[in-house]
Amino acid sequence: MADLQSQNYIRRSASTLTPPSVRDHEQEVAKLIDVSRCIGCKACQAACMEWNNLRDEIGHFEGSYDNPADLSPSTWTLMRFAEWENDKGDLEWLIRKDGCMHCEDPGCLKACPAPGAIVQYANGIVDFISENCIGCGYCVKGCPFDIPRISQVDHKSYKCTLCSDRVAVGLEPACVKACPTGAIMFGTKADMKTWAEERVVDLKSRGFSNAGLYDPSGVGGTHVMYVLHHADKPSIYAGLPDNPRISILVDLWKGIVKPLALAGIAFTAVTAFFHWIVAGPNEVQPEDEANAQRLLRKTDDSR
Amino acid sequence: MTNTWQDIKNANVIVVMGGNAAEAHPCGFKWVVEAKIENGAKLLVIDPRYTRTASVADVYAPIRPGTDIAFLNGLIRYLLEKDAIQHDYVRAYTNASLLVKEGFGFEDGLFSGYREEINGYDRSDWDYELDEQGFAKADDTWQHPRCVMRLLRNHVDRYTPETVSRICGTPQDKYLQICELFAGTAAPDKALTSLFALGWTQHSVGSQNIRAMAMVQLLLGNIGVAGGGMNALRGHSNIQGLTDVGLLSELMPGYLRLPTDAEPTFEDYMKTRQFKPLRPGQTSYWQNYRKFFVSFQKAIYGDAARADNDWSYDWLPKLDVPLYDIIRAFEMMANGQMNGYICQGFNPMQAFPDRGKTRRALGKLKFLVTMDPLDTETSRFWENFGPQNPSDPAAIQTEVFQLPTSCFAEENGSLVNSSRWLQWHWKAADPPGQARSDIWIMTGLCHRLREMYRKEGGAFPDPILNLTWNYTDPANPDPEELAKEMNGRALADLKDSNGAVTAHAGQLLEGFAQLRDDGTTASGCWIFSGCFTEKGNQMARRDATDPREQGLAPNWAWAWPANRRILYNRASADAAGKAWNPEKPIIQWNGSRWVGIDVPDYGPTTKPSDAVGPFIMNAEGVGRLFARDQMADGPFPEHYEPFESPSENVLHPKVRSNPAARVFADDRAAFGTAKEFPYVATTYRLTEHFHFWTKHALINAILQPEEFVEIGEVLARQKGIEQGGWVRVASKRGAIVCKAYVTKRIRPLEVNGKPTHVIGVPLHWGFTGQARKGYGANTLTPSVGDANSQTPEFKAFLVNVEKAHAPKE
Repeated sequence: MADLQSQNYIRRSASTLTPPSVRDHEQEVAKLIDVSRCIGCKACQAACMEWNNLRDEIGHFEGSYDNPADLSPSTWTLMRFAEWENDKGDLEWLIRKDGCMHCEDPGCLKACPAPGAIVQYANGIVDFISENCIGCGYCVKGCPFDIPRISQVDHKSYKCTLCSDRVAVGLEPACVKACPTGAIMFGTKADMKTWAEERVVDLKSRGFSNAGLYDPSGVGGTHVMYVLHHADKPSIYAGLPDNPRISILVDLWKGIVKPLALAGIAFTAVTAFFHWIVAGPNEVQPEDEANAQRLLRKTDDSR
Repeated sequence: MTNTWQDIKNANVIVVMGGNAAEAHPCGFKWVVEAKIENGAKLLVIDPRYTRTASVADVYAPIRPGTDIAFLNGLIRYLLEKDAIQHDYVRAYTNASLLVKEGFGFEDGLFSGYREEINGYDRSDWDYELDEQGFAKADDTWQHPRCVMRLLRNHVDRYTPETVSRICGTPQDKYLQICELFAGTAAPDKALTSLFALGWTQHSVGSQNIRAMAMVQLLLGNIGVAGGGMNALRGHSNIQGLTDVGLLSELMPGYLRLPTDAEPTFEDYMKTRQFKPLRPGQTSYWQNYRKFFVSFQKAIYGDAARADNDWSYDWLPKLDVPLYDIIRAFEMMANGQMNGYICQGFNPMQAFPDRGKTRRALGKLKFLVTMDPLDTETSRFWENFGPQNPSDPAAIQTEVFQLPTSCFAEENGSLVNSSRWLQWHWKAADPPGQARSDIWIMTGLCHRLREMYRKEGGAFPDPILNLTWNYTDPANPDPEELAKEMNGRALADLKDSNGAVTAHAGQLLEGFAQLRDDGTTASGCWIFSGCFTEKGNQMARRDATDPREQGLAPNWAWAWPANRRILYNRASADAAGKAWNPEKPIIQWNGSRWVGIDVPDYGPTTKPSDAVGPFIMNAEGVGRLFARDQMADGPFPEHYEPFESPSENVLHPKVRSNPAARVFADDRAAFGTAKEFPYVATTYRLTEHFHFWTKHALINAILQPEEFVEIGEVLARQKGIEQGGWVRVASKRGAIVCKAYVTKRIRPLEVNGKPTHVIGVPLHWGFTGQARKGYGANTLTPSVGDANSQTPEFKAFLVNVEKAHAPKE
């Protein structure tokens, strides 16, 4: 969604340019997903498809209610259902709305080598700017939550925008508006944290002694948070990371490896230049040609 | 619903049993969540499967399909044994004290009066013992052996926790935990709400399932109060309206009953409809039956309905059987006794039991007319769609007329929701292509038929030729005109007892209190009277002001009857007229009249000291723990096994299933036994789809694309069935081949000492629309209905399951 001005940016991928951040007076926003009051109806999924005008393929039944089976360039949010037996032997059906977490410290943005393909706004939303995307997939590797998906059609990366277009004009995200039980809420991050505290008190009173807020510090906190009945075990919720961190490879790439690699590339170029000056250009010699012909025949014979 | 969707938020305990509210009513379910968060309510779910509703419940207990009455009778036993009933309420507002006739009894699974030859009961002894004045005798001490309370105690005594667990397969600890939470709401200021749907109605004991819970609610004092009630969550947006306007074969609008052939004259008809009070001073509001009936006849036949022709009583059809329900209709069709069928807004190929029989029956018709916005399976029943619909068009002579209709968003009109609200809606778009409104199509049919009768005569032209048809555009009546007709008008100046004119001739009525039995009023549906008055269209009101923030907004749309939001609301106050729960009063006596946030379901100035009961529609003025002769299968609920069951009836082996249920011989021959079909199956819908409609919509098809069944892990292991693998599920009537969802959410139940496996069969897929082709759950289901309503037993039947190969594409 490249419809917000760059003056909104507080971070911009692969840029030495400092964003102007003139709107840093804006309050940070957050979506709070209260898993304990979610009934898994998928209204959020339908609303996401409607608002963003996306239609995935009609899939198959694949052994659970997760449909489509995974996130895709056309499926930016997805209910994931997990059957879990608690220590009393009672079943719990944990239903979690999966999608971009809009990290305060976004691994995708950090990993992205395309200038301005991933940005973060003053309100905390992390957005992909498709025209700058080169489809390299580094954001996929950089994301601790396995969210972005690369389109096989236009080779660009897609994910939830937190309805940055709606939020920019004072509306809540489409999934929030559609949720019939109020399980998805939206507001300032501070308000959402206060509300989450109330919910945690209620859940504890109902016997969920480990209820809590999921706002993982490993990524600087997130702008999509969960109220979990079992905040001590996030991974039981269809693999929500217990302790999400940006991959060490991304840190290395942005930290030590990138300057080293740049130096390496520069060194190679300089060496090549001197080689050309000293030894002259590489040319094909008759014996090279003969070797190539022999190799070709060999391949043909083996068919 | 006795109460409303919004009122659920006032509950202290919410019980979802016989339904799956989160799954089937996700929008209304917000009030359950509200009750949990704002009112600290506990949610209890009792269901064969761990459902989406169970996923947010405080307590979940499994139950074998078709054994709810055992559970609920056991619960009644528990409440009586622990004395956890609201005594003052039960004494004043129920028939616990009334004495029952000496001839009434119950033995070995049968109530007194059973007659095998009619598969039913002579119910004459199922009533009160009357005194010389014709009033029911009472014993307020509950000592008399034939008072209702004593009879009830005796009746439920067999349902010990052990027996309940043995029948239902519910673990005793869960059962008792639930009983205890129920018992807590016997306190006058605590309320429990019962949310149910087709999980109760679709059984051969469906009506009694609901009766049993209604009795629990009476004992707990939870009827008429905020956050209480018996709340049927209706499955279609207008299915409440369907029953209200009498679209059942034995009903006329407003729950008036169609005459039977035992009532050849109007006086015969009215003889059994006097509704004389059965206790001194009671309202017995049905005493006004004649007013409702005459006003209906005036609406239908206008000037042709006169006192001297008994208001055209002779023109009404007279039923020769209790009802022409769908099971009977398709039986007749299959036997060649019914050869034309107009199918309006219905998809029998998907919705009626025993799809094979339905397909065969449709193939015997001369003509079939389908009226639907969608390309339904019914309209394509003759076409070969492969194994999902193996028809041979060459062998079928039925002529099919497919009439595309507009849908609700393409026309003005009203829908009646579960809360009994008539909500007006406005057209949003023109219908596509050649689609026409149902009104336009039915009007055209009516005019053509009349023309044929006029020209050619016929056996009995009067009922058709004399219909009134006074609409601005006779070819296409405006929905507002139809609504006004249902509301009713004065046909002459109406005067009160002082001679003052209350309505001028031609004016719209204010409500059904103005109806007369002398032909001076007309009303097409008396319970809707008040919906469209001289003040305008009350259904179009959209004022959400909620005076006490109790979820009761009296100026939002319009509720029948009389804009009353909570039925029996007199019972929200004690005998002296003070609210049982002072925090959430509905109406109270202020010394001269009843005041509060709702329209009193009671005489507005009837003094508490007059001891008029709050259940004003009942001739005895009180709620019925003993149903008199109103139910076909007994005045108390009794546990009968489903017609296909893996278990004997441990209470009375000789009477296994409902002895008053009607079963046609060919349907009985198509019942399977546990030997061949060892697993219990139950059908249901999923939240991603609305019945058989939304598989036509792309987004819904994406969200739940393909037919599957749910099988517990233990059974899957025994059968070698893999997660997502193919299975063949078969009943005596047919088989489906689809994928398996192997789940922890269905566990084997220990029933009568044997492990019992349940298989879940979602019902949405067919062979038209966008989603992948499916066989449909009704390929498997048996053709037998509830003894009272004939609602098919979709929720408990027998199947076998085997691992299968993937079908060839």
